[in-house]
Amino acid sequence: MRPFSYQHPRSTMAALALAAQHVARPGEARRPAPARYLAGGTNLLDLMKIGVDHPATLIDIAALRQEHGRIEADESGLSLGALVRMAEAAEHPAVLRDYPAIAQSLQLAASQQLRNMATLGGNVLQRTRCNYFRDPSWPACNKRMPGSGCAAMQGVNRRLAVLGVSEHCIAHYPGDFANVLAAFGAELDLLAPDGTARRIPFEELHRLPGGTPHIETNLQPGELITGFRVPAGPWTRRSLYLKIRDRDSYDFAQASAVVGLDLQDGVVREARIGLGGLVAKPWRAHAAEAALNGQRLDRAVAEAAAAAAFQDAVTHGENAFKPELGRRTLVRALLQAAAMEA
Amino acid sequence: MDVLLKVNGTEHRLAVDVRTTLLDALRERLELTGTKKGCDLGQCGACTVLMDGRRVLSCFILAVAAQEAEIATIEGLAGENAPLHPMQQAFLDQDAYQCGYCTPGQILSAIACVQEGHANSADQIREYMSGNLCRCAAYPKIVAAVQQAKPLMEGS
Repeated sequence: MRPFSYQHPRSTMAALALAAQHVARPGEARRPAPARYLAGGTNLLDLMKIGVDHPATLIDIAALRQEHGRIEADESGLSLGALVRMAEAAEHPAVLRDYPAIAQSLQLAASQQLRNMATLGGNVLQRTRCNYFRDPSWPACNKRMPGSGCAAMQGVNRRLAVLGVSEHCIAHYPGDFANVLAAFGAELDLLAPDGTARRIPFEELHRLPGGTPHIETNLQPGELITGFRVPAGPWTRRSLYLKIRDRDSYDFAQASAVVGLDLQDGVVREARIGLGGLVAKPWRAHAAEAALNGQRLDRAVAEAAAAAAFQDAVTHGENAFKPELGRRTLVRALLQAAAMEA
Repeated sequence: MDVLLKVNGTEHRLAVDVRTTLLDALRERLELTGTKKGCDLGQCGACTVLMDGRRVLSCFILAVAAQEAEIATIEGLAGENAPLHPMQQAFLDQDAYQCGYCTPGQILSAIACVQEGHANSADQIREYMSGNLCRCAAYPKIVAAVQQAKPLMEGS
């Protein structure tokens, strides 16, 4: 690990002021040394140890839990502070009762030790588990070194993505919780280093790889995630997260599905569908939702929705099994959600 | 940087390189070598300690960021001539290890598992202990040890 400067601000304003020192001003030629916010550290310290990330400054935002560590639920929706720990959200009574897909996506991720450390803000920003990204001894990785190529296309890639990929990168987004936020139409609260607040749709946080896989989000330099807002709907209560893994616990998804249904007399009034484990970014399956809305939900309709969700899938060698695994995962999740008492 | 660490009820002042993890500070500076370094990448659970009662991975915590917490390690569970913690005794009674390298992490994780209320069935214990790998595969006996210690820890 390379040396870095460690800062420990006691307030949000102090953290933003530190971040501002590391953001280039318009017209200024000098590029400031990169800084990172440190929250739970479970992904950032990992990447620093394996030599993939080397920030010059860490801004430890643990003390900001006072301001951004709360969970609040009312009839209109759920507010989650960015510094809420995964374990806290997974076990919150209102989340368990009214947003079961959120609770399950967190419970089924990582281990209890990691869930006790990792924050929700950091969780959504976790980096891909692609082996070629995580091992700097591989010379070709467009995400790690723009323009160097992609060793994964012809390599060990059974974990990697089949939806949203480009000819430059097939890295997967490995998380679970973010897929639920995307499916539920959540919003994201942000603060810029100059104190400007903005709220954006969560679906707009991550970018598709396209020709610039090294640019993963639409965050501005120094911008801080402060929280999430999930609007309540009939689909949040009748919801589930189904995760398929190589081993039964403590593993990343090979395929996963978020299903939220507003169901009346067996007919889908509104569906919210998300996918994970095989996607380039947190994924809302709009085509699958369109195939379900207004339909009586049976196996044939579920299979048609799953086919629509994967119609644009692109596979590379080892991961050719993933569209079929993804379709079956979604069909099973749809039929389970339809059978829920909600 | 100068740091103040509170470990097993004792305060320690030491100067560390800012890159030092809590795990390395415990083992290399405070000579508390009961906490084990396995993968050092947050995947194996051998370095599990309790911070303010929560089980965490000491390989993913900077020593400079651990200063405001009460840290508990395997060395603090029982005094020199005092009886073992019920979870330590259960691991002995159930023969819940072979090489023993993962055992301190298993025991601290198991104590937290019971305290969290996540030890109500064998299935639940397996799920909530999945972050502690045992390459000798003593898993069935680890589950038995947690089940033995749970009622003793809960005083029933």
